[in-house]
Amino acid sequence: MHAFFDTRKHPELVWVGIVVVAMTLTALPFALAGVGTAWVRITNSAILYVFLALGLNIVVGFAGLLDLGYIAFYAVGAYTYALLASPHFNIHLPFWIVLPIGAGIACLFGALLGAPTLKLRGDYLAIVTLGFGEIIRIFLNNLSQPVNITNGPQGITLIDPFRIGGFNFKTSQTIVGLDFTGPIKYYYFLLIVLIAVIVINLRLQNSRLGRAWEAVREDEIAARAMGINTRNVKLLAFAMGASFGGLAGGMFSAIQGFISPESFILVESINVVAMVVLGGMGNVWGVILGALLLSFMPEILRYTVGPIQEQLFGRMLLEPEVIRMLLFGFALVLMMLFRPAGILPSALRKRELESVVRQKYE
Amino acid sequence: MSDAALLAAEGITKRFGGVQALADVGFAIRPGEIYGLIGPNGAGKTTLFNVLTGIYPHDGGTFIFDGAPLSGLKPNQVAERGIARTFQNIRLFANLSAVENVMVGRHVRTHATVFGAIFRNARTRAEEKGIERRSYELLEYVGVHKRANDLAKHLAYGDQRRLEIARALATEPKLLALDEPAAGMNATETTTLKQLLQNIRRDGTTILLIEHDMKLVMSVCDRVLVLDYGKKIAEGPAADVQKNPKVIEAYLGGDVAEHLKGAAA
Repeated sequence: MHAFFDTRKHPELVWVGIVVVAMTLTALPFALAGVGTAWVRITNSAILYVFLALGLNIVVGFAGLLDLGYIAFYAVGAYTYALLASPHFNIHLPFWIVLPIGAGIACLFGALLGAPTLKLRGDYLAIVTLGFGEIIRIFLNNLSQPVNITNGPQGITLIDPFRIGGFNFKTSQTIVGLDFTGPIKYYYFLLIVLIAVIVINLRLQNSRLGRAWEAVREDEIAARAMGINTRNVKLLAFAMGASFGGLAGGMFSAIQGFISPESFILVESINVVAMVVLGGMGNVWGVILGALLLSFMPEILRYTVGPIQEQLFGRMLLEPEVIRMLLFGFALVLMMLFRPAGILPSALRKRELESVVRQKYE
Repeated sequence: MSDAALLAAEGITKRFGGVQALADVGFAIRPGEIYGLIGPNGAGKTTLFNVLTGIYPHDGGTFIFDGAPLSGLKPNQVAERGIARTFQNIRLFANLSAVENVMVGRHVRTHATVFGAIFRNARTRAEEKGIERRSYELLEYVGVHKRANDLAKHLAYGDQRRLEIARALATEPKLLALDEPAAGMNATETTTLKQLLQNIRRDGTTILLIEHDMKLVMSVCDRVLVLDYGKKIAEGPAADVQKNPKVIEAYLGGDVAEHLKGAAA
């Protein structure tokens, strides 16, 4: 059984696996739409959280810099999109221009946060980043006077959806007999971006730069003594992490069509940190799993907690919201006890040398 | 002579509050030599290393390395100039594999950027392959290639010391500064280490060696500098330094030195 799944002996199995996964992911939104359109939206929002968790993983997992204000970059990306593609300023730039701008501005903010915190580590860094996250949110809340930039707590409405020529991501249409609703169209867009983001993350980790990040995480003094410019490397981690947050923020803006500072509160930052820690800091696949679990579980509970109680006791004893938090807390405690390094901890990477060299060394 | 020196130090001074850790220390290391740095505990040996490699700024004096001063350089710039070091209390990247530790050492001699990392162009791929190959070679050179894919923290103590040397060598140093490489090693491991030091020197790297194992120091070092309370008390060929009364006094205390003098007379 085990030998059958040995991909070294059966490399073709990798392709079989890829085809199966690809088919599942392609068919998924239609299956979900069968259960209820809400589930497609929930999936889209889960994918956005995967972007956030992967971005934060660069900062926290690779470079070892605890950032508790990460949601600020999501906010920067979201507001950049909202301001440049909505009736608020009556600017309507196309999404393929605004998304990169949002990622770029978030990247700039990442470097801006990184620069003054270069000498901080651990708890101290966490506190400064937490403050930074709140500053951004409070700014967004109050930048309606004297010049109305962000429209304050009311937020920005009627944000443009993605459009390519006449193809609008928001409206439903029937293509080859299948009913493509707005969320389904966005799902495919998110899926393509997701694949790109995963590839980028895996490649970054397994590169000269990724090793430098990990060296800084493991021992900053030794890293400097080995010739790594720790200042640049840390700034780059902040900037790269932030730009993924900004990219996700832009897509969030377009999909929701409405944003307000309320979407970017501290709990959201903590939620993303929890995803990274739960999944396994530094392991791209673990972080993805963590993000999916923490996005889907509350929704699944929301739909099951009520009916189960009705069945058992004949009436609702506890509100779903209460049970969710209870179970969430319980799960985290269990996690810390039994798998403190995450569900899929960062694994040792075996380096496969070319066969000739390998024979010599193994 | 100072023209020929790879590293010339003059008047190096370092204070920590009221403690004079280094007072007017001067020395010159010639290319191709193994230069010992000894002295009792607290003499200032590791402080000298930290000052040399830019971890602490020094209060006075100059280092001239390979024809240019080192003053004001950050540790990473010092490494770039060609001084690599190991640490007294081993500082490996504990959760990276042995070979990855060495690969980190190649950082300063390689160039791939973010774009190279993301797009994996031909040049980046070639560079990565080169980094990996060179790292395996260095692991074999120091003799820990059999543990290449084990986490650094899981290696035996002696292997960790040798891995640190491999990591330092990966930066292609002109001067390799080793802080007590034999500490905690048994006799066999120390003999292997001695051979390794001689090989490194033979292959063209100058070595600055802090060591408490006097047998090793005396057998491998060309010249030795002795520090005591931050001051240079002797310098010269190992055999001469060994007989220097000041050195004996520093190590064994004044009374014993007197006693030995009496016994000799």
